[in-house]
Amino acid sequence: MPEATLPRPSVKLGPAAWAGQVALYGLFAAVIGVFSQWPPYRPLEPGQALIKLSFTRVGKPVGDCRKPSEAELAKLPPTMRPTEICPRERSPITVQVDIDGRRMLERTAPPTGLKKDGAAALYERLVVPAGERRIAVRLSDDVRARATPYERDVLVRLDAGQVLVIDFDADKGGITIQ
Amino acid sequence: MRNDGLSSPRDLGLNAWRAAERVGDAAFGSACNPLRHLGAIGFFAFWLLGASGVILYIVLDTSVDGAWRSIHGLADTPLGSGVLLRGLHRYAADLMVIAMGLHLLREWLHRHERGVRRFAWLTGVPLIGFAFAIAVGGFWINWDRLGQYSAIATAEWIDALPFVSSAMARNFLSVNAVSDRLFSLFVFVHLGLPLLLVFGLWFHIQRLTRAAVWPPRALAIGLGVMLTALALAVPITSHEPAALERVPESLRLDWIVLFVHPLTDATSPAVVWALVGAGAALLFALPFLPSRREAPAPAAVVDAANCNGCQRCFADCPYAAITMAPHPNQRIGRTLAVVDADLCIGCGICAGACPSSTPFRSAARLVTGIDMPQLPIDVLRQRLRAALEATRVPQPIVVFGCDHGANVSRVKADGILAFSLLCAGQLPPSFVEYALRDGAAGVVVAACRQGGCEFRFGERWTAQRLLGTREPCLRASVQRDRVALVFAGAGDDAVIARAIDSLNQRIASDAAPAHDAIALHHA
Repeated sequence: MPEATLPRPSVKLGPAAWAGQVALYGLFAAVIGVFSQWPPYRPLEPGQALIKLSFTRVGKPVGDCRKPSEAELAKLPPTMRPTEICPRERSPITVQVDIDGRRMLERTAPPTGLKKDGAAALYERLVVPAGERRIAVRLSDDVRARATPYERDVLVRLDAGQVLVIDFDADKGGITIQ
Repeated sequence: MRNDGLSSPRDLGLNAWRAAERVGDAAFGSACNPLRHLGAIGFFAFWLLGASGVILYIVLDTSVDGAWRSIHGLADTPLGSGVLLRGLHRYAADLMVIAMGLHLLREWLHRHERGVRRFAWLTGVPLIGFAFAIAVGGFWINWDRLGQYSAIATAEWIDALPFVSSAMARNFLSVNAVSDRLFSLFVFVHLGLPLLLVFGLWFHIQRLTRAAVWPPRALAIGLGVMLTALALAVPITSHEPAALERVPESLRLDWIVLFVHPLTDATSPAVVWALVGAGAALLFALPFLPSRREAPAPAAVVDAANCNGCQRCFADCPYAAITMAPHPNQRIGRTLAVVDADLCIGCGICAGACPSSTPFRSAARLVTGIDMPQLPIDVLRQRLRAALEATRVPQPIVVFGCDHGANVSRVKADGILAFSLLCAGQLPPSFVEYALRDGAAGVVVAACRQGGCEFRFGERWTAQRLLGTREPCLRASVQRDRVALVFAGAGDDAVIARAIDSLNQRIASDAAPAHDAIALHHA
């Protein structure tokens, strides 16, 4: 017999101990059984709906492209001379959400990346009462003065527990609400 | 070193823990008390999760449309086998989380985060994160409303980290965003991470000899029956299939595993990240915080001239601190014990195992093969001799105890000669015979409660040595009816007093010596 499995001198358990064992196993099982399913949890209060606002978008460049000067071109090999120089940094995305005429959210998401040339991402949750709501969304991805922001203004009916997603899809004309 | 001055919250907590252990001891016997086998119970739950998980994976359809249907269909399998399987898997996960939490608490209360045990502590802390990630990920695979809620809540929580550039929660914005490929991620979290967890567990028990990866059989059977009964009595059922266009109204949340989601909802992801980060930092820092307690115990020292390479210390060391190396006397095949001081906890169990530790040796100074500088075997022999010579009682009782068990100094009285050792396992069995031959009427050896040894195996090896199933054994010629073995933990001083009374009565009734076995006393 391996040494590690040599028997220990054991204690003979009486009826009270066996009853105690049953009670303790039962108590432990009750703790697991109860708290693995109870009390019920409601992520949203009754009569509420959820609006998820989420964008991932590469903003417009922070400045206009320009023609390189003669001096700049002269410093470069002939095969590497660009016709115009554009800023690498991208604009942050600014979003405003009004619900029933009240400003509910205003966020600015900076571009990612060390050179600030990546996409800006935003994810926000808004819990609102269910019912008919006028939702106005305004999104700006261009910091240049003449830029025109994207806008969308809709009247929606939100059921209790419904999730309404506000996203951006350039192929679908900009801001989408579904 | 004994510390009876209980003052700090941790000491008060330890007292409360010991009280709970005594309740468990009364019902289960100390050797099978679940509170003394929490790490092994964690392993047991993990093995159960693995076995049930393999079968569940076979029936799982890893697709958006098929996952819910395949798991929900288990409710209709014959003889309730699917219900049993799901229940065992879920409740074993709950058991593992609870056992893990209690294991952490117990080790902290016993100040086991320091010294030699620091390695096990530091390798154990990351396993908590692994275990929770795996457990939470298991709810996603089912892809019902609860899985949907948990997956989105987890994604939103991760998105709150400042270095996460794109929102992971966008993957769950709409039905169109979720594809079958997402289940590859789910499968990695729930099946890939457990493989890493096994690797982490291997590190965790790396510096333990005979690490308990399975609880005592009676306890394993009891837990298995309990989980089976629970799985059948309170079946685990699926919620409705996931529907991303809706927030689930009411969830039967597993609060033992998923409590972090409501906590995030009630506070914010940043608050929960701060709590998790602070908790992890504290757990990692605990072994390095200054302590007012005693310095680490000196490590065992090997004397090459007295070490015959028998390997008993190597076999008995609970912390794998001893290895065998070629003996410097260069005799072929002869080995020598070598102690790694960084791994040695200073329990002295090796000294008790050494055949050279016999006090019958004639040398004026008893030098044994492996010994403890803080309480050498020679000093123990000197004290025993001096006490036996000095006592005026004709037939004294010698009591050998343990610094971490019942306090033998409290039972000191006329005729009682008490010696507290680093661990009961430090006592070479030959000292029992030596005491009897030198005038003791009887000998009481007091070890900790079964399964309650501060150094894991002290009480077990002591019992086996005295009962003759482990070398070095108590010699056959020793009168067993003059010896008592007591299993008594801290605070069980009265048990030793009762054992002494019983031994005295036994000795007094020696007119008809019918006893031929060592008397055992359990607290």
